[in-house]
Amino acid sequence: MKYTSQAVAKPYFIGAMGLFVAQVLFGLIMGLQYVIGDFLFPHIPFNVARMVHTNALIVWLLMGFMGSAYYLVPEEAETELHSPKLALILFWVFLIAAALTVIGYLAVPYATLARITGNDLLPTMGREFLEQPTITKIGIVIVALGFLYNLSMTFLKGRKTAINTVLMIGLWGLAIFFLFSFYNPHNLVKDKFYWWWVVHLWVEGVWELILGAILAFVLIKVTGVDREVIEKWLYVIITLALVSGMVGTGHHYFWIGAPEFWQWWGSVFSALEPVPFFAMTLFAFNMVNRRRREHPNRAATLWALGTGVMAFLGAGVWGFLHTLAPVNFYTHGTQITAAHGHMAFYGAYVMVVITMISYSMPLMRGRAANSNKAQVVEMWAFWLMTVAMVFITLFLTAAGILQVWLQRVSDTPLGFMATQDQISLFYWMREVAGVVFLIGVVTYLVSFFIKGEERAA
Amino acid sequence: MDTTINPPPATTDAEPHLHGDLAIWFFILAELMAFGVFFIAYAVTRAYNVEAFNAAQAGLDRNIGALNTILLITGSWGVVRSVQAARADRLVPAVRWMGVGLVCGLAFLVAKIFEYRAKFAAGLSMDTDTFHMFYFSLTFFHFMHVVLGVCILGILLLKLRRGGYGSHDVHGLETGAAYWHMVDLAWIVLFPLVYVMH
Repeated sequence: MKYTSQAVAKPYFIGAMGLFVAQVLFGLIMGLQYVIGDFLFPHIPFNVARMVHTNALIVWLLMGFMGSAYYLVPEEAETELHSPKLALILFWVFLIAAALTVIGYLAVPYATLARITGNDLLPTMGREFLEQPTITKIGIVIVALGFLYNLSMTFLKGRKTAINTVLMIGLWGLAIFFLFSFYNPHNLVKDKFYWWWVVHLWVEGVWELILGAILAFVLIKVTGVDREVIEKWLYVIITLALVSGMVGTGHHYFWIGAPEFWQWWGSVFSALEPVPFFAMTLFAFNMVNRRRREHPNRAATLWALGTGVMAFLGAGVWGFLHTLAPVNFYTHGTQITAAHGHMAFYGAYVMVVITMISYSMPLMRGRAANSNKAQVVEMWAFWLMTVAMVFITLFLTAAGILQVWLQRVSDTPLGFMATQDQISLFYWMREVAGVVFLIGVVTYLVSFFIKGEERAA
Repeated sequence: MDTTINPPPATTDAEPHLHGDLAIWFFILAELMAFGVFFIAYAVTRAYNVEAFNAAQAGLDRNIGALNTILLITGSWGVVRSVQAARADRLVPAVRWMGVGLVCGLAFLVAKIFEYRAKFAAGLSMDTDTFHMFYFSLTFFHFMHVVLGVCILGILLLKLRRGGYGSHDVHGLETGAAYWHMVDLAWIVLFPLVYVMH
């Protein structure tokens, strides 16, 4: 750690890990509710468990991005953070707001939550992933503005590198696109457009800039490869990501009432979306093969390589599987989508945040890398989580194929719930894989507390 | 007598190598993939609707299309001559030839706008039928590339005038030129595919 103010990243990472655990626990609860419908009913109904599962994911990834940025931007800019105090205050505001929102979800029915948080004044609730009460959304905007102010001031006074520039554009984009969540037109088609401009332009647009910048930063650190080489790759990757991802938004316009040409535009451009992810995999392996030093933190290198591979598989391959309009006509909104969502979020965004945590946490705790023993445990966690996620994805894909067949292709189609009964075996297997994933998460957390011989920073 | 337009510049490396920045070649590859996927989609869809496509295609203005093809090929020629002149440190012709490329690019855009105006006036749009969906999508996607290409040529022209390129450095010039040739290449496939073949 070069600048003391980088240490503000630590509470963000700890908070992120706490929400990660909550996310996985609620995932297991709803996974079980797929097969035992009244499990924990009426205390935690399915819709609530789902909301906590997805919202916790988004909030902890945001927290992880913020922590990563607080660590990365000062080091790249070669200057202290503009205001570490503001960063810490905003952390507590964010954490408390997130906790209150989750308590709100669990304590009262959603409609009641909407009423007591004044949703009538400015209705923004009810859209998938953006279920947060309006006041929480306003809180997110305030935290994001403070965060961007703090980092932009740091960025402006220091060295301007490609990595910092790309990261800052990504973070500003993230905040700006979130503003679409405040506009909820009555026209359902329009409503879907604005919703996707948050959801899609985040994960298949500006978040990819953040991902690319963080990965490039860690790769420079662990491989010692020339900055010029890594920056050139970064530019190529983000250009490909933005071109394919922006127009690729069209794959969400297929069946929402938009003009038919979107079936072509969406298919063609989103078919190219795997390309930047493939480039990212090549990039990561290429840089590690050309490394000029043996960094003691081998676990961080493993996470970085894993990010490339799993992002390509989850976002690239599993996305492509159902992105062409004639295929999506059948697979739309089935477990195929769930399979893609799980592996893409894990492979791209969960893993890149963990890559950054894995690289920076030892440094913030005063050592170049954790002890060998701790790293071995961390690598076990990597394989447990990653293999479990591969199986979750495969089981959901199998469930999805069967679902499409029974419910939509067959000559004697079954109803939705009758189909769910038929595919329950895969849900059970997914739940087992989910338990293994939880064991992986716990193993990961345990690795932070394992002592042993350490190397000085 | 040597009939080649220009002798190869003395600075040419013995080994063949990719001119321009590696990054632009990745970008060009991705661009050609996008055009390629669109072309294949067109070809496959047409194979199932040959008659409807032929009938709709008859309404296209092939003369403007042919004019635009000549403009783009001439523009590419200008850009090639400009790069060659810059390599030989002949900056005045380098600027003039780049000007030829730029004017051809702009003329392409003007001709295309007239073509679109006629189509819109006839009440045609992307929603008219599948052929016109492809016609407008492909040509507009290409149109936007020409817009970007013209901007790039403009920047190259300004830098050439300031003496920014010469035998000491043609890297940026070759990078921009490579992009322009890609725009040209895409049109050379697009024009026969959409306007002529039936």
